[in-house]
Amino acid sequence: MTGPLESALAELLERFHDGQPVALGRAISLVENERPGFQDFLHEVLRVGPRAARIGFTGPPGAGKSSLLSMVATNCRTQDEQLGVVAVDPTSSYSGGALLGDRIRMSDLATDPGIFIRSMATRGSLGGLATTTKEVLDLMDAFGFDRVLIETVGVGQTELEITAAADTVIVVLVPESGDAIQTMKAGLMEIADIFVVNKADRPGADRLVKDLRQGLHLRAATAIESAPAHHGLDLARIMRKESCEEPRGPGWSPPVLSTVAQSGEGVEDLMDTIKAHRFWLEESGELEERRRGRRKVRIQDVVDRELRRTAWRSDTVLAELDQGLERIQKRKDTPYSVAWDILDRLLR
Amino acid sequence: MQSIDQQIRVLVAKPGLDGHDRGAKVIASALRDAGFEVIYTGLHQSPEMIVNAAIQEDVHVVAMSILSGAHMTLFPKVRELLDGAGANHILLTGGGIIPVEDIEDLESRGIGRLFGPGTPTTEVIDYIQDWFEDQETS
Amino acid sequence: MSSIEESTSTSSHLLALLKEQEDELSELKERLSRWEQSCADASEREILFSTVSGREIKPLYTLLDRTSSQYQDALGLPGEYPFTRGPYSTMYRTRLWTMRQFAGFGTAEETNERYKYLLRQGQTGLSVAFDFPTLMGFDSDHPRSLGEVGVCGVAISSLHDMERLFDGIALDEVSVSMTINGPAIILFCFYVVAAEKQGISPGVLRGTVQNDILKEYQAQHAWVFPPNPALRCIVDMFEWCSENAPKYNPISISGYHIREAGATAAQELAFTLGNGFEYVERAIARGLDVDAFAPRLSFFLDVHNDFFEEIAKFRAARRIWSRIMREKYHAKNPESWRLRTHAQTSGVTLTAQQPENNIVRVAYQAMAAALGGTQSLHTNSMDETHALPTEKAVRVALRTQQVLAFESGVPNTIDPLAGSYFIEALTDELERDALEIFDEIDRFGGVVPAIEEGWFQREIAMSAMLQQREVEAGDRVVVGVNHFTEGSEEVEIDTLRIDPEIEKNQVARMAELRERRDPEAVERTLRELRESSRTGENLVPRILECARAYCTLYEIRRAMEDVFGSYKEPVFF
Repeated sequence: MTGPLESALAELLERFHDGQPVALGRAISLVENERPGFQDFLHEVLRVGPRAARIGFTGPPGAGKSSLLSMVATNCRTQDEQLGVVAVDPTSSYSGGALLGDRIRMSDLATDPGIFIRSMATRGSLGGLATTTKEVLDLMDAFGFDRVLIETVGVGQTELEITAAADTVIVVLVPESGDAIQTMKAGLMEIADIFVVNKADRPGADRLVKDLRQGLHLRAATAIESAPAHHGLDLARIMRKESCEEPRGPGWSPPVLSTVAQSGEGVEDLMDTIKAHRFWLEESGELEERRRGRRKVRIQDVVDRELRRTAWRSDTVLAELDQGLERIQKRKDTPYSVAWDILDRLLR
Repeated sequence: MQSIDQQIRVLVAKPGLDGHDRGAKVIASALRDAGFEVIYTGLHQSPEMIVNAAIQEDVHVVAMSILSGAHMTLFPKVRELLDGAGANHILLTGGGIIPVEDIEDLESRGIGRLFGPGTPTTEVIDYIQDWFEDQETS
Repeated sequence: MSSIEESTSTSSHLLALLKEQEDELSELKERLSRWEQSCADASEREILFSTVSGREIKPLYTLLDRTSSQYQDALGLPGEYPFTRGPYSTMYRTRLWTMRQFAGFGTAEETNERYKYLLRQGQTGLSVAFDFPTLMGFDSDHPRSLGEVGVCGVAISSLHDMERLFDGIALDEVSVSMTINGPAIILFCFYVVAAEKQGISPGVLRGTVQNDILKEYQAQHAWVFPPNPALRCIVDMFEWCSENAPKYNPISISGYHIREAGATAAQELAFTLGNGFEYVERAIARGLDVDAFAPRLSFFLDVHNDFFEEIAKFRAARRIWSRIMREKYHAKNPESWRLRTHAQTSGVTLTAQQPENNIVRVAYQAMAAALGGTQSLHTNSMDETHALPTEKAVRVALRTQQVLAFESGVPNTIDPLAGSYFIEALTDELERDALEIFDEIDRFGGVVPAIEEGWFQREIAMSAMLQQREVEAGDRVVVGVNHFTEGSEEVEIDTLRIDPEIEKNQVARMAELRERRDPEAVERTLRELRESSRTGENLVPRILECARAYCTLYEIRRAMEDVFGSYKEPVFF
């Protein structure tokens, strides 16, 4: 593990560092399929620290996540930022296949060399991202993008995984999702850095904005008060304007914005807010905190996965398992005692 | 379900300006039901858009549906751009309203099999699966 | 006899009649159930008895299947409300349906020559097929047009091309139908100015422009602008035509493409009429009098394989349209209630295998269209699954209509299948289905929100997938494809080819035009168009000015797009 790369991967790495899109495409497949050597490749790539701003878009189906992401992407491109985009769609549990259609909404950006879009299928993962989305974000970051945008599956339930993947989580809602939100409100409040009420030209939008602000207010009222220092960007103005209250809680109170992604209305405000959040993340030390948390989870994930792999690919462990099953049948053991025996052997 | 431990990824694309996407959608759904990951580009794609998508999505296969009669321009153009971008490993196949002589001509120029109207989707699935297995073993 | 006695005697007579009928019905019920029992043991053939649209079909229909209330209410007489039996009182006894074959390829000159040939053969109507770049609003020299110029139709990028298309053809003598939607308002203006250059005023122009943008979003996908500005342009044309070109049909509300994309018969019927009502509502909202524009609304339906269901579809369409136009939109002019339609045989039913079989498919479909009471008909050519049709194939398709018209006897009687228990039951069922689908559209808040949610698109794709599954499972027999395939391997068919030189020539001509015209006039008229697009002003006069200045199709499109934005395909999986 993490020794020198075999030659094909070394060559891929070279082309990757050289900035060839084909190499990034192939590297993502390598990681996504967990092909031999993928961890070594990631190890090489992660030598460069994270620098891209990672922005997640989540929310119920039909909220217009792709359209909004597309507007934000277009806006970033006018600032000449290099962009990576990951869009996640569900894998069919029946066939194992998937239909990935998120590119359709981004067709305006389809020939822009400054943007790289990758569609991923969940492949059985349930938290709103694919199993290896976080690794793919690392690849995009290391490839040199200034910003990486992630769109979750959006099948209805609150998709918590995005908080572990993105620095800024945008929860996108529409007036029609009003009722659905009641049930998922608590979860949404936990994960959102920014709320966007999209399709705000439709009836019920104002009401939803008000409801959300009220919900946030109630929540904030019970949080610990700590006034952050804000300068540079007029953070205070944005916070006052959007959430009708001084920033609260750990220093950031999620603003509620309105947009109409189809026409681009409200997108500039959203851009400002994203910038403000970034600024706050950096100034407050929260960004480093979040990155540290991500690294910790990654280490745990790798250990978990490797333990599992080592265990279930080892002939002695498998033999132990078989014998254990026999002993359980003869009432000499229980699943717990057998498990302890196996762990004992593995960790010794 | 496919037997191989790697997902086959296919880009289903509608190049050119014709909007007849019934075939493209039926084939996209059938490929999904056969266990493939299908990236659908949507309509009105230029060759450059298709090739960009194929590279970013790192697909094994690009399947184009053309009913506009522009096949003699579009298939070779996409092939040329794929090769130019270092993606000569990608299979370019497709279907639509294409005269038999043109199919033969295109197939002799490095384009994969082309399927006419009324082709059972299973035939397309088998073709892609066989091609993929050949690739993996060779 | 006093009048009281008279009426008493009449009513007792009626009562007796009713009693007799009731007895007859209950006897029929009894006999029918005995008959059903006697058939119960028979094993039916193992094929689908449902239609391609998934409608279950019973082995027998009787008097008991009539669901509509009174004869007069549901059927009426030909040319009378509710027009179930036909839009005109004498139908094909006085005038056969128009045999209108859609044509256009290559450059304006080539198509012009073809039109002159057709006119010399006695054809009185022309039907223009545009190439894909034109349909999408691109000039022939735009990079996106590469490889498609003049391939599937004629390339028209400016007034200059339109003038050449009709050079030497008197536009006050022929009716011209133009299949164009996304940029319809622009091509329409080219056409009006081309006539103007011949010294012909719009008041005498006859013809139709398809101009049905809603079905583009739903099925055919040749759109340019988003729904609301696109609908505004359509209403602008309704308004302008009702004042300036009263003999011209500013729209042909089309189910054809919806059906071809996969919809069922009921979906085709409901989506098409639903679109029609949307146009009506938009025009009324503009303040137009319904009777000022509704008589010029025309329709275009598909004729698919299921013979009886297709006939019933035409009848149901007329009944629904007239009832809703009268009752909901309060149209007073009977012309506003009358649904007139063009029809085309179904392209998707044609097979690449054993293409000669397609002649037979087209013949049955054509007969269904005539029995359904269409006003004009295009029959497809047998080789269209391989390429553009050859002249010979087109001739066979036309002859198919002529055999039907002159040898079969079909046109001799008006609505000859009326009163058939089966046909009337199907007509009623289709009407019921359509009304249910209207309710679903209403739940979205109308046609446009349902389009934005991708509802139509998903419904159509789902129906297409179900049909494909039936065929692939072998449950639905397709002759030469999944059964009777001997001989399917050898296809010998001539194909028409478009010379790639055409694109080069057309591109060169565009460069020439851009050199020759007055750049100041181009700039000024485009600027004015952009300004008017921002206000609510009717755009037709502005675009006519652009056309006169020889602005190109794409230039005009861009000017409008600057204000309107462009349409993005919603994701629908």
